[in-house]
Amino acid sequence: MKQMWFHLMPYTELPDDFRDKHPSVWVDIDSRLFNPERAHIMYNDFMDELEYAAEMGFDAVCVNEHHANGYGLMPSPNLIASALARRTSDAMLCVMGNSLALYNPPLRVAEEFAMIDCISGGRLIAGFPVGTPMDTCYAYAQNPSMLRARYLEAHDLVMKAWQTPETFSFNGRFNQLRYANIWPRPVQKPHPPVWIPGGGSVETWRWCAEMDYVYCYLSYFGYKAGQATMKGFWDEMDRLGKDRNPYRAGFLQFVGVADTHDEAMQLYREPAEYFYGRCLHVSAQWANPPGYTSEATIRAGVESQIGRAAGLMQKEILKARRAVTEMRDIVDAGYVIVGTPDEVAERLREVAKTLNVGHLMYLLQYGNMSKQLALYNTRLFAEKVMPQLRDLFDDRWEDRWWPKPMAAHRRVEPAPLGERPRRAAAE
Amino acid sequence: MSSLAVDSILVNDKACRVWREGSGAPLGFLAGFGGLPQWIPFLDRLAEARTVIVPSLPGFPGGLGHADLDSHLDWVLATHDALVAAGLAGADLVAASVAGALAADVAGIFPGIVKRLVLMAPFGLYDDGEPTGDPWAQKPPDQPGALCAKPEAWTAMTTLPEGGNALEWQIEGVRANEAAARFLWPLGDTRLAKRLGRITQPTLLLWGEGDRIIPPAYAGRFQAGIKGPTSTVTIPGAGHLAYLDQPEAAAKAILSFLG
Repeated sequence: MKQMWFHLMPYTELPDDFRDKHPSVWVDIDSRLFNPERAHIMYNDFMDELEYAAEMGFDAVCVNEHHANGYGLMPSPNLIASALARRTSDAMLCVMGNSLALYNPPLRVAEEFAMIDCISGGRLIAGFPVGTPMDTCYAYAQNPSMLRARYLEAHDLVMKAWQTPETFSFNGRFNQLRYANIWPRPVQKPHPPVWIPGGGSVETWRWCAEMDYVYCYLSYFGYKAGQATMKGFWDEMDRLGKDRNPYRAGFLQFVGVADTHDEAMQLYREPAEYFYGRCLHVSAQWANPPGYTSEATIRAGVESQIGRAAGLMQKEILKARRAVTEMRDIVDAGYVIVGTPDEVAERLREVAKTLNVGHLMYLLQYGNMSKQLALYNTRLFAEKVMPQLRDLFDDRWEDRWWPKPMAAHRRVEPAPLGERPRRAAAE
Repeated sequence: MSSLAVDSILVNDKACRVWREGSGAPLGFLAGFGGLPQWIPFLDRLAEARTVIVPSLPGFPGGLGHADLDSHLDWVLATHDALVAAGLAGADLVAASVAGALAADVAGIFPGIVKRLVLMAPFGLYDDGEPTGDPWAQKPPDQPGALCAKPEAWTAMTTLPEGGNALEWQIEGVRANEAAARFLWPLGDTRLAKRLGRITQPTLLLWGEGDRIIPPAYAGRFQAGIKGPTSTVTIPGAGHLAYLDQPEAAAKAILSFLG
């Protein structure tokens, strides 16, 4: 099994009364709450944490894209991934990902991902989300009625740009280019592995199956709420005649490890309650721009088994937004798995098997968790949980969706700072 | 409603519903945000004096094909084609809210299609100093009050009639909001300001006094831009969809303008 360390980069100093005094953490969050000098420290702490996770042996470090969002400080995950490419050497870089319809032209994504793949020596996982309604339709004002068509066309353009050696013309519905020709090109051939983060949309599942991409369900509501969605996904794979290779899927899970269960409850209470109480305080007005959810998905939502699964998930989300903000409830609902290393390993083994997911993405920093605690959680997990789960699935299944970097001996390391020529102080 | 006839026309090869009621000279009506999921009393009032002809535009209740329309030109031509196919070429035209933006362009670009024009709180302009309201980013319980001074008027029009299909009704409602978004997202500014001077027809600007979507002061901007003779009537006790809030008063103002 692949074990991946995911950072959302939440702003860690939202006020205690945020939920009562502010309408939303997203889209119209009050920018006066943002202190750039504090963010200087947060960004550097977060990047330290990602680098530490890579050093501790996680298979990958993951970053993602959000806009106008108090719990996600990465409008450009590519900036972070680029820095990580220099400061890590073996971990894969999972950019989860770039919302394709937001880039004009979308070739920008092909170029930047190719840059990261070159700098890192072929360690990139290319995530292509449609993007949330908040990010795409409101913060970036994309037309919800055209978002999916734009996304699909942008995908086609990026994939063609990566794989076509000649300069080509592209006459799309939304993009016209006379001379499409990206330079640089990715190290990985024919292209970096493509992973698709999505909700419970039937069309996304079918598309992932058709394109042979990894489907990632990045829910904040843990394995219990995720069961229905992942069941829907695997039922659909069965219907389409695809094998049940767990590496077709990724799943996100919050985790907190400590020496005892009680200590874990105590240590992770504040960051978990901060995340579920403040970070998920999203105004309902942003939830449903018309056209964002396709008519097929609305129909499925009412009519089919899968739809009922997706509907269940929606109910979980709504329930969470209403009530579950206290640690005991958060843990009971399965949003966060806490405990001793053995307890956590056992639970995660059950999660991976039940959901049949070969790529588990762990959030080991969340909410206002301090760097010190995040590093502690990461170290304990890496040393005592990770080894227990490493071999899961590998006796039977091959991960065909993992990056194929250049051989280690052909990859270069950044030169240590002391060895570089420096300007004299007087210059 | 006894004389109501329901027909279907093709717009870009997709079916769009047309309602006809009443007698006398034809009068077109293009509905506003949400379209017309069902018949409304306002149309009866107009039909007392005229043959009211009500085509559905693509994507609005009764009409299909909005997802084929990508540009503003696509939408203006679809509106033109719907009016011609419905037998409204050269007739008087009333257009409200989202459809107002399209009707204004049809009147300006194809002057022979529209004889006299009534614009009810049309979209199409946007002024930073006095922003329009966002009809889409509303919490569901707030939406009726954003659109109507009498929220129950919106609720009545959008409530599933007895025996109706709940799923199809829901999808039709979402589709109507999407269709409007398709040509107006995010600000409702179609750059109509550049083209208002092409409108030479006698034009009535009709506004709900309590419009929370397009501020009533926008009437002045339309009046200043339109070349034809214009007048403005404000309806008390009405919001953005004045034809739902005050059907009598709205119909009366229209019929009085048309003479």
